[in-house]
Amino acid sequence: MNGAREALAGDPLFAGLSGTELELIAAVARPVRLGARERLLREGDPARGCWLIHSGCVALDLAIPGRGQVVVQTLGRGDVLGWSWLVPPYRWQFGAVAVQPTTLTELDTEQLRALAEQDPRFGYTLMLALFESLAHRLQATRARLLDLYRVPDGQP
Amino acid sequence: MASPDGTGAREPMLPVPYRVTSRQEETHDSVTLRLDPVGERLPPAQPGQFSMLAAPRIGEVAISASGVPLPGEGSLEHTIRTVGAVSRALHDARPGTILGVRGPFGTTWDLPSAAGRDLVIVAGGVGLAPLRPVILGALAERDAYRRICLVAGARTPAEFLFRRELDAWACRPDLEVDLTIDQPSADWDGQVGFVTEPLARLRLEPHRTTAFLCGPEPMMRFCAQGLLRTGIAAEDIRLSLERNMQCGIGLCGHCQLGPILVCRDGPVVGYALAGTLLTIREL
Repeated sequence: MNGAREALAGDPLFAGLSGTELELIAAVARPVRLGARERLLREGDPARGCWLIHSGCVALDLAIPGRGQVVVQTLGRGDVLGWSWLVPPYRWQFGAVAVQPTTLTELDTEQLRALAEQDPRFGYTLMLALFESLAHRLQATRARLLDLYRVPDGQP
Repeated sequence: MASPDGTGAREPMLPVPYRVTSRQEETHDSVTLRLDPVGERLPPAQPGQFSMLAAPRIGEVAISASGVPLPGEGSLEHTIRTVGAVSRALHDARPGTILGVRGPFGTTWDLPSAAGRDLVIVAGGVGLAPLRPVILGALAERDAYRRICLVAGARTPAEFLFRRELDAWACRPDLEVDLTIDQPSADWDGQVGFVTEPLARLRLEPHRTTAFLCGPEPMMRFCAQGLLRTGIAAEDIRLSLERNMQCGIGLCGHCQLGPILVCRDGPVVGYALAGTLLTIREL
């Protein structure tokens, strides 16, 4: 379990957690390796698990009729993969596939949720850490929506 | 060109004729022009500076240098994206065409002052053009710098400038290159996301990092805010501003942004100054 704790402690996502809190998370964590093109999640499947990416690259994708699997975003080192375990209907909204060999830490979200419910203070700290990551993801997505690199109007 | 008062100083409002000697298509709407003097030579543009390029009988527009000055050569290199009538005329100029050039004007990236430090270079869209001289300059004196990271974003894979050069840079072990696109594309197996995302993954050492940003202003603002969160000082974040430059010498006031005139006090400014100015609506 020490390896999982070290992996978590080195991740900026958990920089604000105490040693005790890191131990709690490490107890429900295990290392995972994905080969290139190995699929981790399928859209619509029950959402169980959450992953921290340590190296490599994972693509989030969606099947669109006539276009095949369309990549909507890629994730890399330091990113959190998997939010749908937190909110109904607890099903993956997107698929996830490794673009290249990828190392991750998988968190057992059933146990993680139970820990958070037993100790709301820990749960709050955990949710704040996850929320910060989610907020940055949302901001980046909004920035993409602005289509900033398009040709501007009214230029000489 | 001598001044009317006979002092020998160049008259900065008079364009000097330059001939287009090569034209490289970069994307569907952008080209890189090499310009050589017909007679008189202007001083070489330093990385970050801009020139006013004139298309005869149409108008002139401010374009940053996208190449590095070579000793003894009077050539200029500028990358132009078609965004209006003047830039379209410049974009369409074929080898042999004579254009007018004034400059160079404005502040520089001051790359030498970042010697001994890590460099983070973040470009969005055509913002890669003014940063190309920084990359070329840093690679030319590679031992003078520590880690060098380039993060470049584009709408689609086809809209990256200098694509061949980017691919070559990505193969270098001494340069970390992250390319990311905004709009997913079937012919792209690289990163998809806004530039702030690969930037956040770099794990920078804030006290020895100097950042160079160029792209749309909201992009630079988001990137600068992310860099500040990592602990990089505002003084160590440099960015290139774009405004309606007309005279180029701080006289006409068209490029005023708060207390500064971008043509004279910019285009490269530190985020310590620019941070507050980027939220000012154009005057």
